[in-house]
Amino acid sequence: MRAFSYVRAASPADAVSRYRDGAAYLGGGTNLVDLMRLGVAAPEHVIDVTRAVSGEITDRESGGLTIGAGVRNSDLASHPLVRGRYPMLARAVLAGASGQIRNAATVGGNLLQRTRCPYFQDVAMPCNKRSPGSGCQAMAPGADTEHMAVLGHSPFCVATHPSDLAVALTALNARVRVASPEDGAGPDGTRWIEMPGLHRLPGGMPEQDTTLKPGELITEVELPPPPGGRQTYRKVRERASFAFALVSVAALLDVGPDGRARDCRIALGGVAHAPWRAHAAERVVLGVPPATEVFAGAAEAELRYARPLPANDYKVTLARNLITTVLEELMT
Amino acid sequence: MDSAFATHVTVTVNGVARAVEVDNRMSVLDLLRERLGLTGPKKGCDHGQCGACTVLADGRRVNACLALAVAYDGASIQTVEGLAAGPDDLHPLQRAFLRHDAFQCGYCTPGQLCSAAGMLAEPGPSAVTDDLGTDPPLTPGEIRERMSGNLCRCGAYVNIVEAISAEVAKMETGSAG
Repeated sequence: MRAFSYVRAASPADAVSRYRDGAAYLGGGTNLVDLMRLGVAAPEHVIDVTRAVSGEITDRESGGLTIGAGVRNSDLASHPLVRGRYPMLARAVLAGASGQIRNAATVGGNLLQRTRCPYFQDVAMPCNKRSPGSGCQAMAPGADTEHMAVLGHSPFCVATHPSDLAVALTALNARVRVASPEDGAGPDGTRWIEMPGLHRLPGGMPEQDTTLKPGELITEVELPPPPGGRQTYRKVRERASFAFALVSVAALLDVGPDGRARDCRIALGGVAHAPWRAHAAERVVLGVPPATEVFAGAAEAELRYARPLPANDYKVTLARNLITTVLEELMT
Repeated sequence: MDSAFATHVTVTVNGVARAVEVDNRMSVLDLLRERLGLTGPKKGCDHGQCGACTVLADGRRVNACLALAVAYDGASIQTVEGLAAGPDDLHPLQRAFLRHDAFQCGYCTPGQLCSAAGMLAEPGPSAVTDDLGTDPPLTPGEIRERMSGNLCRCGAYVNIVEAISAEVAKMETGSAG
C-alpha cells in the first residue's frame, strides 16, 4: 500500500477545502481500504469524513427523511422510520454485505463504492476503469463474464455497481446533497443530484463511476415522503447471504380505487454499471389493471434492449422473471 | 518514519488505554497483532470476507482488517482476549462454544465469538425476517443469516449455531450462564 497522509475533517466545508489531486475521502473504509491494499486505489492523502458529515436520520415535516452521509448501514436498516416508511430500503440494506461490514460502512461510502469486476481488482490485468486505455479484460476471448452487465455497458467496460442501497434509493426517487469546492454550486455551497443521476454508464469513460466532480462530497441523502402502495426488495445471489446480487429488484406497486396501477417503480441491481431504473417497464404497468401478463410484458419491454455477454444471458431471464414475480407478490 | 505518514493514536484495548504511533496504512488488526501482542484476532483473508479478524469497536462488531488504526483513534476495542472476565471465568459464549463443540481447528473461533457477542446486541430485523416491524426471535435461521460474515473452513457451523442458540435461550429465560 502506498504511504499516505491522513486528516480528520471537521465539517463538509473543511473536507472539501482539504481536497487536492490524489486525495480520497474515507468513510467506513470497507471498499476503499480493500482497494488500497490491492493496489487498485493509491491515494496520497486520505481525508476521513466520518465526523465531517451527519450521522443522524431526521424526520422532515413533509414526511420524508434526511439521512446523513455518515449514517452507518446497520443503523439505517434498523431505524424504525426507515423500516416503517421505506421497507424496500431497509430490505435492500439488510441484503447487502455482512453484519460487520454494515456496522462500518456509511451511506455516502456505500453509494461511492467503486463499480467493479474481478479484472478491475486485479492489477496484473488490463482495465479501462483502473487504467484508462489499457483495454477491457472482460471483453477478451475466454473471459469470465458471468457476473458482468447486460444493460447499458460499452465496449470499454462491462462492470456492475454492487450496491443494494443505491438500487432502492433509485426506485424511491431519492436525491443526494453534495458539498462542492466549486463556486458554481448553490448559494450555500451545495448542489443536489437526483438518483439515479449520481451514477453513470461507462461509455468511453469507465474511469468515472459517478457524476461527482473532483473534490465533491456527499453530505446527505434526502428521501421524499413515502409513496403509497406496497414495496419490497428482492435479491438473487449465488449463496444465501453475504454475496453480491446476480440480479436484484426494488419494486413498488400502488393500485388506485379504479383497479389500475397509479404508481409503479422498478429498479434493478447487478445488471449495469449503475443502478438501473426500469422506466420502460414502469410505463407498461402504469394506468392498467395489474396482471401477470402485464408484468411479463413490462419485463420484456425493459429487457428487449439487453445485450448479454457470452456467459451471462441467464441474467436476462433472471431479471425478467424477477420483475414479474416481485410485482405479482406486490399485487396480492 | 516520515511524520506525514504516521500518527499518534490512543485506543482503549480490552479496557486499557494504549498510546502508539502508527503508520497510517496500519489496520486495527495489525496494530493488535503486531504492536500490542494480541493474536486472538486472526488474519484470514485480509479483505473483509472471512470475519476471522472480527473485534468489537465501541461495542459494534467490525472487520479489524478493513479498519485503519488511524481512523479508530479514540475508540474502545474489545478482542477475544477481553471477552472473558478471567482465566477461570469465561464469557458465556465461550462456555457455550466449549459445551457444544463449536469449533474444530479454532482459527475462526475468536472472530466467531466476537461476532456473536456483537450480534446479540444488534437491534432490528435481518434479511430473513418476514416482518420488518418486529425484532424477531433469534431462530437458527436468523442466527445463520446474522453470522454470515464469519466463515469456518472446518464447517463447524452446525455446532456454532447450536452454541449461540443455547446462549440466546439462556438470555431469554434470564438464567445465569
